[in-house]
Amino acid sequence: MHDAPARLLIVDDNRVNRLLLSRSVELLGYQATVAENGRVAMELMARERFDLLLLDIEMPEMDGFEVLEAISCDPSLSDMPVIVTSSVEGVDNIVRCIDLGAEDYLPKPVNQVLLKARLGSSIEKKRLRDEQKVLLRRFATSEVAEDLQTSGFALGGTRVNASILFCDIRGFTAISENQPPEETIELLNVYYTLMFEAIDSHGGIVSLMVGDGLMALFGAPKPLDEPARCAVSAAHDMIEMMEHFNVERQAMSKPDIRIGVGIATGEVVAGYAGTDQRATYTCIGDKVNLAARLEAHTKVAGHSVLIDDATQAALNGSPQSTSLGTTAFKGFSDPVEVFSV
Amino acid sequence: MPDTIETSVLDDLEEAVGADFLVELIETFLAEAPGMMADLQAGHDSGDTDGLRRAAHSLKSNASTFGAPILAEAARQIEVGGVGASPDATLGAVADALDAASVALRERINA
Repeated sequence: MHDAPARLLIVDDNRVNRLLLSRSVELLGYQATVAENGRVAMELMARERFDLLLLDIEMPEMDGFEVLEAISCDPSLSDMPVIVTSSVEGVDNIVRCIDLGAEDYLPKPVNQVLLKARLGSSIEKKRLRDEQKVLLRRFATSEVAEDLQTSGFALGGTRVNASILFCDIRGFTAISENQPPEETIELLNVYYTLMFEAIDSHGGIVSLMVGDGLMALFGAPKPLDEPARCAVSAAHDMIEMMEHFNVERQAMSKPDIRIGVGIATGEVVAGYAGTDQRATYTCIGDKVNLAARLEAHTKVAGHSVLIDDATQAALNGSPQSTSLGTTAFKGFSDPVEVFSV
Repeated sequence: MPDTIETSVLDDLEEAVGADFLVELIETFLAEAPGMMADLQAGHDSGDTDGLRRAAHSLKSNASTFGAPILAEAARQIEVGGVGASPDATLGAVADALDAASVALRERINA
C-alpha cells in the first residue's frame, strides 16, 4: 500500500550531525535529504514534499524556533510532523519547541532505538491524518474540508453574503425512463463532473446533490469578492460545457441534455446542520428558496439562466441581463423581478 | 578524571552505523573541528556572543556523539556561561580537550 519510503528532511548546521542522522534514518529504511540551516530547509520544503522534519535548534541564518514558527503559519506545511533533535541547554527551550508545534523532542546524541520508535509513530500518525484528509475531501469539498480542519466541527451557522445556484437537467425523468439505469448513472457522472468543474473553477462549492439537481454556494465557507459574478460565470460555463457534451451525444444519436439554472444573492445563514454524528455544510434563508424557484421557473420562462434583482444589481451591467418582468413565486409575499442572463 | 574518549560510546556507535561509516564520521569531525575551534575564537574576538554560543554548542554536540566528556563539558561551559573572567584559560581548556580527543579518535581509526 505504501511502497515508497517516507521522505525525511534533516536540518542541522553541523556536518557530523547531518551525516550521522542521515545514516541513522537510512538504516531504518527512510529516505533522507539534508539542509544546513532553517532558510535552506524552508526553500526545500517550498519545492518538495517531505513526510517529516528532523530539526536542530541552534543554527545560523534561521534557527529551529524560527522554522517552527514559519511552518505553523504555512497551511501547506502545518500538518508536517517535526521532531526536534538538539542538545540545546535548558528545559524552557524544549518547552518552547513543543509550544511552537514540535511533535517530539529527542536529545542529542540521538539514541537509535528511541529514534526508530519516534519516527515510526510520527510517520504512522501522519499517514493516518493524510488518509483522513483524503476521505474528508471525497465526501466534502476541499473548502469545507479545510474549514473543518482549521476551525473544527461545530453545529450552527453564521450570516454571510452569498449567491446560491440551483441547477438541474430538463426532462431528466423522461430521459432516464427511456434508457437503461446504467446509462443514466453514466450520464449523471459526466454531468456532475462537468458541473463540479464549472462551479469549482469560479470559487463555488456544491453543497447538495439530489438526483439530477444540485445546489452550489458562492461566498461560503470562504468569502468571495464578487459572489454574484462568480455564480453567473459558473452558470455560463455550465451551459457551454453542456453544449460541448451535446455535440458528443449527437454523434451517438442521443438526445440533447438541457439544463436550467437559477441564482439568487443575499444574506444567508451558512454552517453545519444535522447531528453530531451526521451533518452537512449547507445554507438556509429565503434566497435559497428563491434560487430554487428561479431554477424551476426556467422551464416556464424559456431561458436557461435566471437571476434575481440582487444578483443582477451586483453584475453592474456586465454581462448584460434582460428583465423578464415580475413573477409571483410560491412562498414569497411580493412579486420578484426576474432577469435572464 | 573522566576518560578522554569513552570506548563504550564509540563501540555502540560502531554497532549502530557500521565500522566503515564510523571511520567516515570521525574523519569528518577531525576535518571540521579546527573550523569550529576557529569559530569559537572568532566569536570571542569579535564579541559575537551568538556565534560563540553556536560554535561551543556544535563542539559539545559532536563531543557527546563521540564520547568525549572532557571536551563536551569544556564546550558546554562556554555555551551556557560564555568565556568567563579568564577567556584565554577557558578557550585554552577547550583547545586542549579537543587536541586530546582528536589524538584518541585518530588512534581509534588507525587501530
